[in-house]
Amino acid sequence: MQRIGVFVCWCGSNIAGTVDVQKVSEALAKEPGVVHSVNYQYMCSQAGQEMIKNAIKEHKLTGIVVCSCSPRMHEATFRKTAQAAGINPYMVEIANIREQCSWIHKDMAEGTEKAIVLGRTAIAKVQLNAPLKPGESPVTKRALVIGGGIAGIQTALDIADAGFEVDIVETKPTIGGKMAQLDKTFPTLDCAACILTPKMVDVAQHEKIKIYSYSEVESVKGFVGNFEVTIKKKARFVKEDVCTGCGLCTEKCPQKKVPNEFNLGMDNRRAIYIPFAQAVPKVATIDANYCTMLKTGKCGVCSKVCTAKAIDYTQKDEFITEKYGAIVAATGFNPISMDKFDEFAYSQSKDVITSLEFERLMNAAGPTAGKLVRPSDGVHPHKIVFVQCVGSRCSSCAEKGKEYCSKICCMYTAKHAMLTRDKYPDTDVTVFYIDVRTPGKQFDEFYRRAVEDYGVHYIKGMVGKVSPEGNKLIVQGSDLIANKQLKIEADLVVLAAAIEPDKSARPLATMLTASMDTNDFFTEAHPKLRPVESPTAGIFLSGACQGPKDIPETVSQAGAAAAKVIGLLAKDKLVGNPCVAHSDEMMCNGCSSCEKVCPYGAITYENKEFRGPNRTTLIRRVAQVNEAVCQGCGCCTVACPSGAMDLKGFASKQIMAEVDAICK
Amino acid sequence: MQVKEYKPKIVAFCCNWCSYAGADLAGSNRLSYPAEVKVIRVPCSCRVNPMFILRAFQRGADGVILCGCHPGDCHYTSGNYYTRRRMALLFSMLDYLGIEKERTRVEWVSAAEGAKFAATMNDFVATVTALGENKRLEDLRCKK
Amino acid sequence: MENKNNLRDEIIRRSGVNPSKCMKCGKCSGTCPAYDEMEYHPHQFVYMVETGDIEPLLNSKSIYRCLTCFACVDRCPRGVEPAKLVEAVRLSVIRQQGNNHLKADDIPELLDEDLPQQAIVSAFRKYTK
Repeated sequence: MQRIGVFVCWCGSNIAGTVDVQKVSEALAKEPGVVHSVNYQYMCSQAGQEMIKNAIKEHKLTGIVVCSCSPRMHEATFRKTAQAAGINPYMVEIANIREQCSWIHKDMAEGTEKAIVLGRTAIAKVQLNAPLKPGESPVTKRALVIGGGIAGIQTALDIADAGFEVDIVETKPTIGGKMAQLDKTFPTLDCAACILTPKMVDVAQHEKIKIYSYSEVESVKGFVGNFEVTIKKKARFVKEDVCTGCGLCTEKCPQKKVPNEFNLGMDNRRAIYIPFAQAVPKVATIDANYCTMLKTGKCGVCSKVCTAKAIDYTQKDEFITEKYGAIVAATGFNPISMDKFDEFAYSQSKDVITSLEFERLMNAAGPTAGKLVRPSDGVHPHKIVFVQCVGSRCSSCAEKGKEYCSKICCMYTAKHAMLTRDKYPDTDVTVFYIDVRTPGKQFDEFYRRAVEDYGVHYIKGMVGKVSPEGNKLIVQGSDLIANKQLKIEADLVVLAAAIEPDKSARPLATMLTASMDTNDFFTEAHPKLRPVESPTAGIFLSGACQGPKDIPETVSQAGAAAAKVIGLLAKDKLVGNPCVAHSDEMMCNGCSSCEKVCPYGAITYENKEFRGPNRTTLIRRVAQVNEAVCQGCGCCTVACPSGAMDLKGFASKQIMAEVDAICK
Repeated sequence: MQVKEYKPKIVAFCCNWCSYAGADLAGSNRLSYPAEVKVIRVPCSCRVNPMFILRAFQRGADGVILCGCHPGDCHYTSGNYYTRRRMALLFSMLDYLGIEKERTRVEWVSAAEGAKFAATMNDFVATVTALGENKRLEDLRCKK
Repeated sequence: MENKNNLRDEIIRRSGVNPSKCMKCGKCSGTCPAYDEMEYHPHQFVYMVETGDIEPLLNSKSIYRCLTCFACVDRCPRGVEPAKLVEAVRLSVIRQQGNNHLKADDIPELLDEDLPQQAIVSAFRKYTK
């Protein structure tokens, strides 16, 4: 039996005005377990708190009930008071007789009666309270960033600048991501490489940052503060620390017919390659799918020309296991496949291209050295049609398009149209749009400039069909404002393809037990207030893996994610919320119901030995709650069919005692 | 014969993050609702076991209301979706048992909706008062 | 007014189309091969049914110009299916004319072996209640 002290607060006249506090403290004194019951003007004042402390010592109290304002207000205050007097802070319960009683009722008798019931309810609960101790776990002061695009780069730089070690895992041979492929960036039109490559160099030179390029995350174990990650370094058949990046091998390699993925297959590279001139790390990589030496054992040209002796055909995939305190997902996006859009003739004509391909065509380092020509015949196009929302806002067929707005297409299409008109005033540019969405600083002004200053024709309507005829493309679309159907003879058609999360995100989310939405974007812990955190503790989100984003947004989100990581790594120990779920192993039957409903992946199963009848040993599968990960929602307690799961601080018995006290 | 004014017993489960704060806001704005409503704070509406609701009826409650964050706003991301499903099942079972379905209710009340909280409680108490005492599920053995 | 809404609801019910799903992109009209033949174009059908402005559609030749090629249905990004609306409006007119329902016994001799399956089904929809 607890020895309970009841403290009724007047809150000046806030409570005492409509509640007879004297009567309340007298009535509650008669409740079972109550050994001390008083009322006082301001319980939260210094004097009030002293009063509680003294009473705890004098009456050897084990539980405290404070009838006062909302627990959201002063629960923490009174818990500290109790702790200072030597009892467990979780032995304090608050009866909310201000916000939920005195302030809403005008009748003294009514208010007093309700206050007594609320006090009785809190006493009934505190009877069943148990001292709780928050769990502590150490923090590994190192972060892992998965993805080396602009999001990952910025996050890594910000974390490293705060003095913590960061590893970047990038699946491609170089960091840089999609931004490295871009030509100019909206709305300022500065060149992507000019602003990105210095950052890439910063990453390479930062003493706190380590880059695992051409690598993938193989497995993730552990929890917030204590992740153990295995990284697979794919064999690139070049010794990374020896290669000087001179590029001689990439010129001499006889296998010339490899589609260059950096230029989206619009030109070819060799079997040994460096993706682009400013690659970081600037190390050659052999593509095992095309290398003659690796396939047939007959060639070895690269090895012969390499003066640094960096080529190693015997290299194997390497597995590295590291410990991390926090993990940032920055896996980015890809344009969706255009194969399913027969109406736009993407697979029929080389002159129907996606916007990312157009980006490479315009890029000085691209396949045409920046000259805008038709991919089919190398002729300069005089009429270009841009089609927006290709696959975006498409809810009719999930295999074809995406239901969401891809957000960046309106702006980059305006950029492409403007750049084309700027460079080639003889080229006529038409944009088919459904809506032009330009919310962003200087965005709408940018789009208007394309229309007003550069003479780009914007037509409200959608293209229904593109048909190649001779060396022309007949674009049939509707002009909704003129109420006409247009047929335009174009030389080049550019499709603003919807963007989707990178394919690697889904398996990664499974490894991280991070949740995803139906479109495979990572879900944030709270859509408004915790936008850069995953609901899974210790997992953070950066860039387009969380939703479509442009570069300014990506960089700000990357910085925000870094700030959250720094906040976590700066702690020596993580102190958890002690009100977490726990399972009674004797009752658990290992059915996995709780595991399925847990939004945090806090529940795992273990095979444990139990003593069976007749001195036998039974091995049973039982649920284990990771206290560092559990956030204490209690969903599992209801899902558990055997009643083994319970929530500390809000135990089923406690809540039922409250129910009983109210219904008495 | 003396007729005592009938006052129902109402148990309200409120999630800590939205509805309990909404109830506090109703208080801060001095929006009155009947004193018959007594709130039990739970971390999330999904903590409420259907058993708790049955227990309340067994012990003589006349109405039970469950308040949580609006769908999509759950502090624990998905808790209120589970609540919604569980309560749909429970309510249909209560209906089957002949318990008026107006005695139970799930409402979404955000931390900013003090007025909605008060209005909801006023409405709920009026509904339950009109129904009268809960006699079907009350277990008389629980009474002293 | 009520009559107008009744007609709209009837057309929506009969076609199974939800015109409020339309995001007004105009791809249906952009893709329509009979566009120039029509006074009201596929996207207008959707909008006019949505707003209940059906009278002009009933009196327009457009409903007979639609080829029922279903290009608009196939390409609509929102799954609105404008051709089904055109069909439903056409049905309204045909039913108003009355006395044009087939008897089951009449059907076999009317069937033509070369008739496409879709046309047969469409004819059944038109001439049976």
